[in-house]
Amino acid sequence: MTRTVLRAAAVPLASVVLGLLLGAVLITVQGHSVLSAYGALVLGGAGDADALLRTLQKATPLVFGGLAVAFAFKAGLFNIGGQGQLLVGAAFAAGVGFGLEGVPLVVHLPLALLVGGAAGAAWGAIAGVLKATSGAHEVIVTIMLNFVAGNLTDWLAANPWQDRSGSNIIARTPLVEPSAEIPTWGWLPAGFVLAVMAAFACWFILERTTYGFEVRSVGANRHAARYAGISVGWIMASTMAVAGLLAGLGGAIESLGVDGRFEAGVNVGLGFEGITIALLARTNPIAVIPAGLLVGLMEAGAAKMQFESGVAPEIIDVIQALILLFVAAPLIVRWLLRLRDRPDAPDRRLTLGAGWGR
Amino acid sequence: MTAPGGAATRPDLALASRDAGLRGWSPQRMWSVAGAVVLVALVWGFYAWDGAQTTAVLGGTVRAATLLVLGAMCGMIGERSGIVNIGIEGQFLMSAFTAFTVASMSGSLFLGVVAGVSTGLAMGWMLAAMSVGLRTDQIIAGTVLNIAALGLTSFFYDRGRSLGQPKYQSIELGPLADLPVVGTALFNRPPLTYLALVLVVVLHVLLLRSVWGMRTTAIGEHPGAAATVGIDVIRLRYWNVTLAGGLAGLGGAYLALESVGTFTRAMSGGRGFLALAVMIFGRRTPLGAYAAALFFGFTTALQGQFQLNDTFDIPAQFVGMLPFVVTIIVVAAAGLFGRMRDPAALGQPYEVR
Repeated sequence: MTRTVLRAAAVPLASVVLGLLLGAVLITVQGHSVLSAYGALVLGGAGDADALLRTLQKATPLVFGGLAVAFAFKAGLFNIGGQGQLLVGAAFAAGVGFGLEGVPLVVHLPLALLVGGAAGAAWGAIAGVLKATSGAHEVIVTIMLNFVAGNLTDWLAANPWQDRSGSNIIARTPLVEPSAEIPTWGWLPAGFVLAVMAAFACWFILERTTYGFEVRSVGANRHAARYAGISVGWIMASTMAVAGLLAGLGGAIESLGVDGRFEAGVNVGLGFEGITIALLARTNPIAVIPAGLLVGLMEAGAAKMQFESGVAPEIIDVIQALILLFVAAPLIVRWLLRLRDRPDAPDRRLTLGAGWGR
Repeated sequence: MTAPGGAATRPDLALASRDAGLRGWSPQRMWSVAGAVVLVALVWGFYAWDGAQTTAVLGGTVRAATLLVLGAMCGMIGERSGIVNIGIEGQFLMSAFTAFTVASMSGSLFLGVVAGVSTGLAMGWMLAAMSVGLRTDQIIAGTVLNIAALGLTSFFYDRGRSLGQPKYQSIELGPLADLPVVGTALFNRPPLTYLALVLVVVLHVLLLRSVWGMRTTAIGEHPGAAATVGIDVIRLRYWNVTLAGGLAGLGGAYLALESVGTFTRAMSGGRGFLALAVMIFGRRTPLGAYAAALFFGFTTALQGQFQLNDTFDIPAQFVGMLPFVVTIIVVAAAGLFGRMRDPAALGQPYEVR
């Protein structure tokens, strides 16, 4: 068991180390001290209770975004639409959060989360249904839906749902009612607990239910799955809806638990990091949790790193891209680690391109 | 035309007949010609009604179409060779950044273009190395390019830097520029637009008529068969994807040095992905893609014009959605009604056995 986990984790771990090493080269070239930069990064992400809270808050949408990509991946679908699904989830959850008054917390908060998740699910389902009915590739459709979602939520926050209090001209909703706020227990945000529960739920659905088996069958071989009597169209559409639900929940928690409202342009880019997380986790739902924590820690600590050593926080994006590169091209890492390229190695199963346009 | 393909044998000519078949008058072709006629009539009508505004929209159409067609050509060379390239967005962004930075530092727009094209080539080579050499999944390889480009350009982005000189200016092509309707839109343009137009025609002929074009089709349809007639599949895929990157690099240079005149964070704004839709809509031929690019460019130009003059009371965000909604509809409709077939080996890594 331990050996299997270690073997599966070898490439991702090595990728992280390589990414950080190359990041260190960049920091040195810019004339900063690597030690103080990375030291501040870790302290800023896990140095005290506040730092830990920040990391867990940053990790929450990353875990949800990672799950949204990983779940779709199991059915052979590449969900690049996490960004759009997250945005509609965040906007609609905030809409319910400030729109209802005088409702008890036990009703209001679940309702707001549910509406956010449902909005994300609907957004994801568009791509799934189009894929199933017309073969429109989900990569193109989800990317386009990201832009549509960006415009739609901008409009919602700037027009019908805009905060009209005082002289506010920013495109943002009013603060959500206290009855829709997600609580924080000390350094532990309740949203992160939800993220962990979602990860285990995904694992259970995929590995222990008939539906999960059908999803994985479609991912392994669409034609064989159809021959075996599985409704491939239904699996594609529903998988994308589940992926959208996950991303939408991530956005909803961001609105209800971190920002306290929806503001246009605040959550930009969050959805794309799900891709890195999912690949780093090798699309294993449980492994998404540590992957999300790692990236969350880097993001939480980036501000302190800039403050203490002057390194631009965008270095985090570069390191993430490098990690993604190494995870995606495991032959580089395997060659460096002198690992034998076994045909059954887990990293050889990441294939999507063959389904392009079909 | 000698191609970097290897042996001197002619690829099987049966492959050529697929393209030749498209030249028959299929119902789709009749519809598109009918559509074009209606469009021309409409444009003429609008021109008679409001000349200045029509000219502005047409100019905006050509301006947006240039970037899209360059990206689409980059994508189609890859796809015809069997390699999906969803990293065009990143190729645009990265080469726009280097083109702008080099032009700003050296004071020469030309050097900027050279830097942009070189960056595009380098990014193309990276995509080839990942997807052809390392046999990484092609969709993931393209995503890596996109995320890497966004990260690197954000990290090195210098807010205070300016171009320090005017961007590429329009050149009037003599009396052609005085033609009504299309004069200003097509024949009073900056240099990179002309270059792109020439490339569209040249590449169209090369892809559909030359030995290189046939070989490219062959390695995208049936690499195993292509290899048996002596084509070095891996080598040609490497060359094609790398050189195609140069086209996207030119697109990035065009964006920074001719269309906008500066660099801003994430300035490619999804147009690398729109280029993919343009490519599909244009049936993976350069002329078809240019027609599609003009259509998409038109929606973009219309959006700009709507926002400028407040003729219609439509919120800016909804007008902003237009090109993306159109793309979704086009891609879905292409799947529903089109009989278009992808290259058979698209997306599959080729292993020499």
